[in-house]
Amino acid sequence: MKRRADAVIIGGGVSGCGLAYCLAKRGFKDVVVLEREYLASGATGRCGGGIRQQWSTEENTKLAMESVRLFGQLDEELEYETEFEQGGYLILAYTDQEVEQYKKNVAMQQKLGLDVRFIDPKEAREIAPHLNTEGVLCATYCPSDGSANPFYVTQAYAEAAKCLGVQIELYTPVTNIEKRGGRIASVVTSRGKIETPLIVNAAGGDSVSLAKMVGVELPIVPTRHEIMVTEQVEPFFTTMVISFKHGVYFRQEKRGGILMGYGDPDERPGFDITSSMKFLRTMSRKILNLMPALHRVKVVRQWGGLYDTTPDALPILGPVDGVEGFIQINGFSGHGFMLAPKVVDLLAQLITGEELDLPIDRLHMDRFLTGEISRDLSVV
Amino acid sequence: MTEDTIICRCEDVTYGQVVEAIEQGFTTTEEMKRMLRCGMGACQGRTCGRLIAQIIAAKTGTSLSQVPLPTSRPPAAPTELAILAGTPHEETS
Ligand SMILES: Cc1cc2nc3c(=O)[nH]c(=O)nc-3n(C[C@H](O)[C@H](O)[C@H](O)COP(=O)(O)OP(=O)(O)OC[C@H]3O[C@@H](n4cnc5c(N)ncnc54)[C@H](O)[C@@H]3O)c2cc1C
Repeated sequence: MKRRADAVIIGGGVSGCGLAYCLAKRGFKDVVVLEREYLASGATGRCGGGIRQQWSTEENTKLAMESVRLFGQLDEELEYETEFEQGGYLILAYTDQEVEQYKKNVAMQQKLGLDVRFIDPKEAREIAPHLNTEGVLCATYCPSDGSANPFYVTQAYAEAAKCLGVQIELYTPVTNIEKRGGRIASVVTSRGKIETPLIVNAAGGDSVSLAKMVGVELPIVPTRHEIMVTEQVEPFFTTMVISFKHGVYFRQEKRGGILMGYGDPDERPGFDITSSMKFLRTMSRKILNLMPALHRVKVVRQWGGLYDTTPDALPILGPVDGVEGFIQINGFSGHGFMLAPKVVDLLAQLITGEELDLPIDRLHMDRFLTGEISRDLSVV
Repeated sequence: MTEDTIICRCEDVTYGQVVEAIEQGFTTTEEMKRMLRCGMGACQGRTCGRLIAQIIAAKTGTSLSQVPLPTSRPPAAPTELAILAGTPHEETS
């Protein structure tokens, strides 16, 4: 392992590996990525792989739209098959309040140039056959939303970064971060110390503990989020289906398994990611309500991962006040995979001193000090 | 075993693919599962898990006891949604 580097990135998830690649591509190559376990062993390798542009805040919508454009070029650029597919996202509205909110969302999204529209329950059933639309007033549909394989995307970034000279150290947990006179000085790992003027905190749910090492309090709450998948059945729909009212999302993978999750409002903050019976039962009930035809389909696997949730469900990007050379790329609140391609591109622009092609000042951590945050409402 | 010997029947993963992945540096069953999907099918690795651990041990020159099997995840056997929806509400690990 190197003893000094121009930058050290903590975390080998999609954020850390993606950023390493984007930096190296710009000629900023003396970079080390430190990963506690193996690549994508955190939230990235546990996530649903969904890619959606339908958000309620402009920040998330813009980042997601630009990311979709970049996902479309990724395989060619990185010479890797990442299984990016645009199967669409269908968001169901059950209440007048939801309809009103979605009208605002769609107007904003269309203004930004997104191909998204309102559809009636009948068309929703055509897009997602067997969907129970009882009580559904209408839905929004965006055909260019989709999914990709999170493990492959991370691997693709990592391999391309390595080819450009980045060093990726696996099974190397960071145990301390040292500063000198208000500046980042070095990072201490299980395998020794690396001197560096720049540390990027891409440690997902663990970002909070890393920031604490230099006295920075990130307003991030790690919370378990569970998910499960069924046996493979004949593919019959490509879209992701979401209901915020039920807190549920599900899609059928190309291989046939139906992947589903829901956000449990009673989930307590913490680092526990074990699987619960409660989830298995509640999720099964929710999905059978939305798609009763699946009642004989078997669940084969259930797992959990951490959401790194911020008060406004928007990520924390860029420097922090008080510690020079300490860059954040965390707080993704359950949607960091889909935003990754643009977020890592922007952070590489920031670090190399380029002018940013999409401003991220509003995602700076100091927004939580002014108290003027507006939360993204389209969160599961 | 030949290149084409099927190691994971659920996901059609061959011996050749497993060896290639080991050569690329994926030397744990967890990484192998994410890379090749072996152990993600209907049997959830109950058939192939040990076999893959053995290949890893042989190719990397470690003893089998040093190669942990992938985390086994609930449910213990594939179970119909209708049955799960009726199960009592208890927290387990
Ligand atoms: C169940 C579930 C479903 C999800 N579904 C979606 C979805 O459909 N679409 C979507 O866009 N997002 C989804 N997400 C969110 C998404 O997974 C994350 O936002 C995203 O993967 C974050 O990537 P990351 O690289 O920032 O963090 P992570 O992938 O968590 O990576 C952080 C890495 O840092 C490492 N690390 C931590 N501490 C240390 C240390 N001290 N030293 C060294 N390394 C360390 C960890 O091992 C980990 O590999 C989901 C999340 C979960 C849990």
